[in-house]
Amino acid sequence: MSTELDSLYQEIILDHYKFPHHKGLREPFEAEVHHVNPTCGDEVTVRVHLEDAADGAMVADVSYDAIGCSISQAATSVMADLVIGKPVDEAMAVQDSFLTLMQGKGSVEPDEDVLEDGIAFAGVAKFPARVKCALLPWMAWKEATNRATDVDLPGAPATSLETPEPRRHP
Amino acid sequence: MALPGLLPDLEVLRKDFPILSRTLAGGQPLIYLDSANTSQKPQVVIDTMVDHLERHNANIARAMHQLGAESTAAFEEARDKVAAFINAPSRDEVIFTKNASEALNLVANTLAWAGEHQVGPGDEVVITEMEHHSNIVPWQLLTQRTGATLRWFGLTDDGHLDLSTIDDLITEHTKVVSLTWVSNMLGTVNPVEEIARRAHEVGALVVVDASQAVPQLPVDVLGSGADLVAFTGHKCVGPTGIGVLWGRREVLDALPPFLGGGEMIETVAMERSTYAGIPHKFEAGTPPIVEAVGLGAAVDYLGHIGMERIHAHEQAITAYALEGLRTVPGLRVLGPLDAAQRGGAISFEIDGVHPHDVATVLDTRGVAVRAGHHCAKPAHARFGVQSSTRMSSYLYTSPTEIDALVEGLEYTRDYFGLG
Repeated sequence: MSTELDSLYQEIILDHYKFPHHKGLREPFEAEVHHVNPTCGDEVTVRVHLEDAADGAMVADVSYDAIGCSISQAATSVMADLVIGKPVDEAMAVQDSFLTLMQGKGSVEPDEDVLEDGIAFAGVAKFPARVKCALLPWMAWKEATNRATDVDLPGAPATSLETPEPRRHP
Repeated sequence: MALPGLLPDLEVLRKDFPILSRTLAGGQPLIYLDSANTSQKPQVVIDTMVDHLERHNANIARAMHQLGAESTAAFEEARDKVAAFINAPSRDEVIFTKNASEALNLVANTLAWAGEHQVGPGDEVVITEMEHHSNIVPWQLLTQRTGATLRWFGLTDDGHLDLSTIDDLITEHTKVVSLTWVSNMLGTVNPVEEIARRAHEVGALVVVDASQAVPQLPVDVLGSGADLVAFTGHKCVGPTGIGVLWGRREVLDALPPFLGGGEMIETVAMERSTYAGIPHKFEAGTPPIVEAVGLGAAVDYLGHIGMERIHAHEQAITAYALEGLRTVPGLRVLGPLDAAQRGGAISFEIDGVHPHDVATVLDTRGVAVRAGHHCAKPAHARFGVQSSTRMSSYLYTSPTEIDALVEGLEYTRDYFGLG
C-alpha cells in the first residue's frame, strides 16, 4: 500500500511541492496562457519569455501562478527547471519526452539525462486519474511558447489532440 | 455497532449489493463513500434489467406482438411505480428523461418558446449559489437567449441559503425560481415549501432539483409545493441513463414540446403535426426502456425498506461521520455541522493536503471518495476554496466504513508530514 503510494509521491515531488522553483509571475514575457483542468478545477497561468540566441530562440524565463494538488504543483516547478535556459527546440523535445512518459501507463523507462527530476513522475503514469495533473503545466507551457514563437498556426493546435484533459482558456 | 437510527440487519442488507463484497488492488476491501456521485445497485435491480433483456426485449408502444406488449407493460409499470414513490397525483405527470440534467434542460428550453410561461426581456429567473452546474447553466442559457435576467440567493457562512433577501429577489418580475432540495456539496436541506410559497405569491414557477433528495428523503412532490421536480435514477440505486421530470399537469400541458420525433406525436403531415398528451409529448424517440424498468425495481427496493428508515439511517451515519471528522486536526467541514439539517454528502478540506492527494491516498486504502469541485464551482468559490474532498454515504454505509475513512485521513496527514 505505502509502496504504491511512495511510487507516486517520490521525495523529489514532495520537495518541489513544498518548495517550488521559479514560482510567481514575472516580466518581461511574450505570451501568457491560463489552463484549467475542468474535472478538478486545478489552474495554472504560465508566462513565457523567449530571447534570440545564436542557434534560434531560447527559453529565457518561465514564470507561473498555479493552484492545485501536489502533483500539478511539483510538475510545474520541475518543468520550469527543465526548460529555462534551453533552446526552444530542445525544450519542446523534453516536453515530448515527458508526455510519452505520462502516456505510457507505467511501461516507459524515463531517460534521466533528458528529464532530470522529471523521472520522479514515472510513478504517476500508473495512476490514470493523476496523469492530467502532471500534464497541466506542460500543456500550458507548450501553448504559451507556440504563441510566443508565432507558430501557433496550422499544425500547432495539435497539442489539444495529444492531451484530452486540459482545456484551453486563452 | 448500535447507533440509534441505523438500519437493522445492515450486514444482511449489504449483501443485496454485490459490488460491496469485491476487493480492490492489493486485496483491499471496497469502502464506497461516493454515493452522492452514483449509488451502488442491489441484485434485484441488476436481475430485473437482465431478465427484461433476456426475455421481454422489444420496442415499446409500437410493436404489435407479444414481446412488444410485455415490454410496453414493463415500461409503463415503471412509470406507475415512480409516480407512487414520489406521491405524484397522476402517472401521466411522470416524464422519463435520460438524467436530471436533461429534465432541467427540458424545462429551461421550453420556457424560451411561445406559451403561457414564456420567459422574455424584463423577466427574472432566480436560482441559488449552491446549485449543481446542471441547475445553473440551463438557466444562464435561457436568460441569455431570451434577454431575461438571472438572479440568485447567496449563502450564509454556515452553508444555508441567505433568505434575508427573499423579498428583494422574488418579485413580480420573477418567472421561475429553481433550487436544489438537498445540496450535493454542502449537504444543506433547503426550505423548499417556504420558498415555493413566496414564489407562488408572485406567480412564478418553482423548479426543484431533487437529485440528492429522492435517494435520501421521503419525497412528496405535491407536498413540496414545487411545480416541477427533476431527479436521476442512478443516485437512488437505479441504473444510469434514466431520469425523471415530474410536473403539475397544468404546467406540463402548457409547456410546448421539447424534442420532436416518434412517440411524441398525435398525427404528422408534411405541413404540420399535432402532439400527444403528457407524458408522451416529452418522450420523443425510443426511450431508455430497460433503464426505466431498472428504475422501477429500484424504487420498489427503496420503498420496501422504507424511505423514513433510510432517512434515519443517513442521519445516523452522517452524525457519526461529522463526529469522526471533527477528531481530524486541521479538517474543516463545508456546510451545516448539524446532521439534522443536512444530507449525507459531507465536503471538507484539510490544511496542507490538496483534495486530490487526499483521494489518492484514501484510494490506496480502498476508500472511494470524490475530490474536486463536485460540479459546484460557485459554492466552492463562496467559501474561498478551489476544491474539496467529499464523502457521501447511503443506506448500505456502515459505521465501520466511517471509521476506515477517519483512519485513512489520519494516515494521509501523517503521510504528508502533518502528523
